[in-house]
Amino acid sequence: MTEEKSLGSILVVGGGISGLTTAIEAAETGYDVYLIEKTPSMGGRVAQLNQYFPKLCPPTCGLEINYQRIRKNQKVKYLTLSEVESISGQPGDYEVTVKVNPRYVNENCTNCNACTEVCPVERPNDFNFGMDTTKAVYLPHQMAFPMRYVIDGKACKGADCGKCVEACKYNAIDLNMQPETITLKVGSVVYATGWDPYNPAKMDNLGYGRVSNVITNMMMERYAAKNGPTGGQIVKPSNGEAPQSIAFIQCAGSRDENHLSYCSYICCMASFKQATYIREQYPDAKIYVYYIDLRAPGRYEKFLNKVESDENIEFIKGKVARIEEDPETGQVIVEAEDIFGGGKIHQKVDLAVLATGMQPTTAESKLPGDLKYDENGLILEDESTVGVYAAGCAKKPADVTTSVKDATGSALKAIQTMVRR
Amino acid sequence: MEKKFGLYICTGCGIGEALDIEKLANMGPQLGAAVVKTHEFLCGDQGAQMIKSDIQNEGVNTVAIAACSPRVNFDVFNLPGVITERINLREHVVWSHTPNDEDTQMLAADYIRMGSAKVKKMELPEPHVEDDISRTVLVIGGGITGITAALGVAKAGYEAVIVEKEPQLGGFMNKMYKKLPTSWPFEKVEETGIDAKVQEVTSNPNIKVYTSATVEAIAGQPGKFDVTIGTNGGPVETQIGSVVLATGWKPYDASKLESYGYGQYPNVVTNVMFEEMAKNGQLTRPSDGRPAKNVAFIQCAGQRDENHLPYCSSVCCATSLKQATYVREKDPNAKAYIFYKDMRTPGQYELFYKSAQNDTGIFLTKGNVTNIAEDASNNLLLEVEDTLLGGPLSVSADLLVLATGMVPTTADEAILNLQYRQGPGLPDLELFNGFADSNFICFPYETRRTGVYSAGVVKMPQTIAESVDDATGAALKAIQVIESVAVGRAVHPRAGDETYPEFFLQRCTQCKRCTEECPFGTLDEDEKGTPKPNPNRCRRCGICLGACPERIISFKNYSIDIVASAVKSIDVPGEEENKPRVLAFVCENDAYPAFDMAGINHVTYDPNIRMIPVRCLGSVNTVWVADSLSNGIDGILMIGCKYGDDYQCHFAKGSELASYRMSKVQETLNRLVLESDRVQIIQLAINEYDQIPSIVNGFMEKIQEIGLNPYKGF
Repeated sequence: MTEEKSLGSILVVGGGISGLTTAIEAAETGYDVYLIEKTPSMGGRVAQLNQYFPKLCPPTCGLEINYQRIRKNQKVKYLTLSEVESISGQPGDYEVTVKVNPRYVNENCTNCNACTEVCPVERPNDFNFGMDTTKAVYLPHQMAFPMRYVIDGKACKGADCGKCVEACKYNAIDLNMQPETITLKVGSVVYATGWDPYNPAKMDNLGYGRVSNVITNMMMERYAAKNGPTGGQIVKPSNGEAPQSIAFIQCAGSRDENHLSYCSYICCMASFKQATYIREQYPDAKIYVYYIDLRAPGRYEKFLNKVESDENIEFIKGKVARIEEDPETGQVIVEAEDIFGGGKIHQKVDLAVLATGMQPTTAESKLPGDLKYDENGLILEDESTVGVYAAGCAKKPADVTTSVKDATGSALKAIQTMVRR
Repeated sequence: MEKKFGLYICTGCGIGEALDIEKLANMGPQLGAAVVKTHEFLCGDQGAQMIKSDIQNEGVNTVAIAACSPRVNFDVFNLPGVITERINLREHVVWSHTPNDEDTQMLAADYIRMGSAKVKKMELPEPHVEDDISRTVLVIGGGITGITAALGVAKAGYEAVIVEKEPQLGGFMNKMYKKLPTSWPFEKVEETGIDAKVQEVTSNPNIKVYTSATVEAIAGQPGKFDVTIGTNGGPVETQIGSVVLATGWKPYDASKLESYGYGQYPNVVTNVMFEEMAKNGQLTRPSDGRPAKNVAFIQCAGQRDENHLPYCSSVCCATSLKQATYVREKDPNAKAYIFYKDMRTPGQYELFYKSAQNDTGIFLTKGNVTNIAEDASNNLLLEVEDTLLGGPLSVSADLLVLATGMVPTTADEAILNLQYRQGPGLPDLELFNGFADSNFICFPYETRRTGVYSAGVVKMPQTIAESVDDATGAALKAIQVIESVAVGRAVHPRAGDETYPEFFLQRCTQCKRCTEECPFGTLDEDEKGTPKPNPNRCRRCGICLGACPERIISFKNYSIDIVASAVKSIDVPGEEENKPRVLAFVCENDAYPAFDMAGINHVTYDPNIRMIPVRCLGSVNTVWVADSLSNGIDGILMIGCKYGDDYQCHFAKGSELASYRMSKVQETLNRLVLESDRVQIIQLAINEYDQIPSIVNGFMEKIQEIGLNPYKGF
C-alpha cells in the first residue's frame, strides 16, 4: 500500500466495538488514528459475548473483519494497556499524554505458549468474570487482538521465579518493563470507553454472592461461549450440574432510581437470546422471565415472537422483590409480585440470571479533558461539542448496531474538527 | 516483471521440532525458489531483516513465508512492492497434527508446494483509478436525516446535493409541534428547531437543494454516478460521488384500522394527525371542534400485529407520552390515558417515561382495548382488559389517538432508480420488512449497492435523535467511499484492496451468470449480454470469478489459474498407499480463523486434508473441483459461512451461491458415476472450531466408505 501525506491525527480511547469502529472508519477515510485500549487486547465487551441478538451470530466474526481492516491499514496505530493521563490544547491541536502500562511481554512473542506451560501462578480470569483462572502469564483469550501474551504484574512472582523468562526462546519476556508515558499530537479525541456490568452486589435483595446459583447475564454469556470457563456448558455454579429450571430477572438495577435510572436498552433482548442458549442445550428446561415491560424495539419484535412461541418459556410481568436460597434443596427461590393475580409468586428454580444493566465506565472514574457528565456518569455531548467527543455506550446505553452507527458518526465529527481548523 | 522467488521457512514455535525442515527446504529449488532459507525465529528482528536484505540485495521480489498464520505478524511480514504469500505451518500443521509423523510432513510439504505454486502466478495489484472523481454526495430526502447528512459532509469539506420531493425541506418535522427530549435530564419535550436547520442548509454554499424534485435515474458507479434529478423545471443532470438514502417513512395507512374505529367514528385520529393539531394550536374534536378534555391513546395501532405491521415502530410509545404532555400543556385540567402492550421507552427515554408517570393527569396502564364504541355525543367508549388495576376498565374519551406505526418509503418504491442490470432498488429488502437496513449487526451501513448508504427511518424505526446520529455516520461512509475509489481501493469488507476483477471478454459467451450473481450489482450488460464492469461498485469478493464457466475473470493475485496451480501442485499418493486426499476450500474470513483457533487449542484432526483459503466461498469456481478430482483428490469440502435469512456471509450471497453451484456439480458427478458425496458444503461459524475434528474426520470416513477416487493416477 502506498504512503500518503497525513491529513491529521485522531485519538480514539477504548478498543471495544465502538472505538474500533471510529478508528477504522476514520482511517479508511484517510486520517491517521491512534487507538488506545486499557486492557491487554481489543474487542471490549462484545468479545465476551457468545452470540449477538437477533441473528445469533458470533461477535468474533465482525471483530475479525475489523482486525483484518486494521492489519491492512497502516493508518491505525494501536496501543494496549494504555490510558490517557492528560489532554491539553484546543480543537485541532491537542497534546495528549498516554500512560502505557508494562505488558512484560514484548513484540518478540510468538504465542508459542511455552511461558504459560511453566508458570506456577494462577490468577482469576477476569475475561470470564473470575469463573476460572489463567496463569500469571497468559493469552487474554483465543481471539485476542493483538495476539500476544501478557503478564499480570500483580499476580506474577517476578524475577524470583523467572521460569517464563527461562522457557521463552524468543527473549519475549522482560520482567523489568516499566510504565512509559508517551505524548501524542492529535486534532481530536473520541472517548469510546464503554460500560461495565452494573455491580450485582449492590442489589442485596437479588441474592448475588449470597445465593450460590445466582449469576449475571454477562456470566451467562461466558458459560455459553465455547471458549468460556466450561467450554460452552451452562451449569449451576454450586455443583457444575445442568439446571432444569432457570429464571431471568429483568431490570436488575436498570429503571431503578436507586441504581440506574435509565433502561439499559439491551437486557430484554439479551435475556431472550440467552433463553435460546438454554433451549438448545437443555430442551426440557423450563424458563421463567420476570419483566416490567418486554422491550424489543423495531424488528427485534420478530425475535421476541420466536421466543414467546416457545412453550417452555414463560413470561411473568412483575418485578422481583427478593431472591433467597432454599436451605433444604439449595434451589433458588424467586419472589415476585403478581401483577395480574395479586399477591406474591414464589418460584423455585435451579439457576437465576440477573439481567444486569450497563453502567458507563465513567460512572466510577472520570476522564481527562473538558467533559461533562450526567448523574449516571454518561458523557454529555451536544451540537456545540467540538474536539473531544464520546461514542457508543460512554454516551448512552445502546445495542451494538446503534453504538456502531454512533461510532461511525463520531469519526465524522473528529474529521470535521480538523477540517474546521 | 521477472520473478525472483525466495522461500523462507521458520523453525520456531515447535515447527522445527515437529517437521523435517531440511527435507522441506530441499524442495525449494524444484519449486522454483532462487533463495531458500530457514530461521529459528523468522518474525524476530534478525529473521525479518534476513528477508528484507534478500529483497534489497539479492533482488528477491516474490516471497513465500512458511511460518505462522497470516493473521499474526502481519506487520512484520508486510513487504510493500513484494509478492507475498503466507504458508501456515504452525496453526494448520504442527499445532493441529502429530509431530514427526509422515502424514504431518506430507501436509507441510504440500502446503509449501501450494504456496510456491501460487506466488509464481500471482502479480502485484495495480489499482484501477478513474479520472475526475466527483466529491459531491447526493442526499435523497430533505427531512432531518437528510439535512444532517448534508450538513455533515459539507462541514467535512465536501459538497452535497439534496433532493426533496416536497416543496420545502424539513420532512415530518415540519408537521411536528415539539420533539422528544434529546438531553439530560430527558424530562421535557423540546422545540423542534427545524426552521433553523433548514436555514443552515440553505445558507451553506456547499449544499445545493432541489425541492419538489425526485431522483429519476442513477447510473454509473461510486465516484462517477450520473444522476438525473426530475425538477419542476425539467430534468437536471449532475455528477455524484456517493449517495445517502434518507427518504424516511410514511404513516401506516389508517384506513386499514377500521377495527379501531378509524374512519367510522369522527373523533378517532392518528398520532400524525394529532401532532398536526398540536402544531396548529388546538387540540379539538373533529366532530364538533370542541377542545378535547379526555384524550385516550392506543399503542400499537397496527404494530406488533401480523395482520398489519409485524414489527414495533420503536418511537410510538415515547411519541404518545410526548403527545400526552401536549394535552396537559394546552389545558391543565385535561387528562390523557395511554393504553399499551409494553411501554417501550428504551435507553434514556425511560427518564421521559418516568416524568410522565409523575404527572397525575397522565394515566398509564398496560391493557388490551377490546372494544371501541361511540356514544350520542361522539365520545369514544373504550373497554380495556388485562390492565394493571386488577380488572377490566371502561373509559370514555372525547378524542382517541391511534399510535400508528411507520412504514419505510422503500417498502414499495425503488426510489434510487438505479440504472443497474439487477434493477432500480436495493435488493432483498423483504428480509427487513421493506426497510433499507443492513443485515450486519457490526456493519450497519452495509448495503448491497456500493456507495449507497441509508440512514434514518428508511433504515429502521428510530427517533429524531437516533436518526441524526445515523445520518452523521452515513455522511462519513459517503465521503469514505469517495476517498477510497479515488485511489482505486475497495471499501468494506475488503477495505483497501487494490485488486479488481479483469475480464478477458474475447472469450465471453454472454451467459450472464456473473451479471446475475454479483451480490452488489457490479456488472451491467450491453445489448448482447456482455458484462460491463464497474470496478468502483466492486467489493472484490470474487463471486463473479466463481460464477464464470469460461474462466475469464481474474484478479492480479487471485485467479482461476493461481488456485488451480495450487490444486495441481498437491502431491497425490498413488492408490496403493491408501492415503486419501481431501481438499478444503475455506472462507478466509471465518472458516480459516476457526482452523487457526483449532490450532491454538491443539485440537487435532485428520492430516490428509489440504486447505485453500478463498476470498469467499462464492468465489470457488467449479473448475477447481473438477481439477481436484482429475488430480486424484478423493473429496472436496467447501467450508463457508452460514446462509439463509440470517446469513453471515460478508458478501451476502457467497456461501448460498456456492451451495447452489455445488448441487449442480453433484449432479454432474452422478452422471460421471463419481459419487456426489465426494463434494460437501459445510457451514461453519468462526467460533465453531470445536466442530472441526468431527467435520474433517467424519468426511474422511465417508471418503473411505466410498473408496478412493478412481481417477487417481490418470
